[in-house]
Amino acid sequence: MIVKNVFDVAKSAMSAQMVRLNTVSSNMANAQTVSDTKEGAYRPLRPVFETVYGDQMGQAGRDGLSTTRVREVVTLDREPVRAYRPDHPMADEEGFVYESVVNTDEEMVEMLEASRQYQNVLETVSTLRTLMARTVKMGQ
Amino acid sequence: MACKDRTNQQKGSRMTDTFRDHLSVFSTSLSLREQRGAMLASNIANAATPGFKARDMDFQSVLASEVGAGPMAVSDARHFATGTPGGAQTGYRVPVNPSLDGNTVELAVEQMEFAENSLRYQTSLTLLNRRISGLMQAMKGE
Repeated sequence: MIVKNVFDVAKSAMSAQMVRLNTVSSNMANAQTVSDTKEGAYRPLRPVFETVYGDQMGQAGRDGLSTTRVREVVTLDREPVRAYRPDHPMADEEGFVYESVVNTDEEMVEMLEASRQYQNVLETVSTLRTLMARTVKMGQ
Repeated sequence: MACKDRTNQQKGSRMTDTFRDHLSVFSTSLSLREQRGAMLASNIANAATPGFKARDMDFQSVLASEVGAGPMAVSDARHFATGTPGGAQTGYRVPVNPSLDGNTVELAVEQMEFAENSLRYQTSLTLLNRRISGLMQAMKGE
């Protein structure tokens, strides 16, 4: 990805925050899901952000431009809760099901932060866009 | 005739130089403000990236070296600007409250710097517009 101007910065940063919001909604949707095996239980997803610099060298460039992107989405290795529910249709022969471990409070914090970051980047880029538009009208 | 043309040309180039000098500080300031705005926007975009170090420029000294008013004037493209090596006075921000993940972006600080920078950009733009309309008025002779 090439970062040439502030719009490229906003584009990548906002899509990264969007991925973060998507993982939050996936986690929230799977907050109470159960599985018949330990391996099959849902594990929360988290994106990993990394910085992309504006120049080609992959380090702090002189133009000062940098943005963020999602390097990967990792699954948090949290041990599923083994609950004894023999009446559950998915219970194993011993009567246990495996519940996913999603901390909803944590997800809410993640969601709020991602949404704030998204708004910040949007606000920044719209301010710069207004300034650019005014500059185009210079001398009229 | 050719000689006269050349003197006219010289006069013309001297005049554009005058115009350029008349507008140069504000136009340089405007482009530097834009550059700084993009830099601060990059910091804001990286507010959640672990290990990111916020960057900023020393506006005063960059402007001074751009207009050749630094400790040593830069009057040729082959001259090195004084100050930090490389000429671009870009540095890393010292955080007020460092965070555990190594990220030095503090949103409040960046937002305030960004707001100030935008305001100063607009100021430069207004002053530049005034200068242009002043020149237009002088040309029209109204």
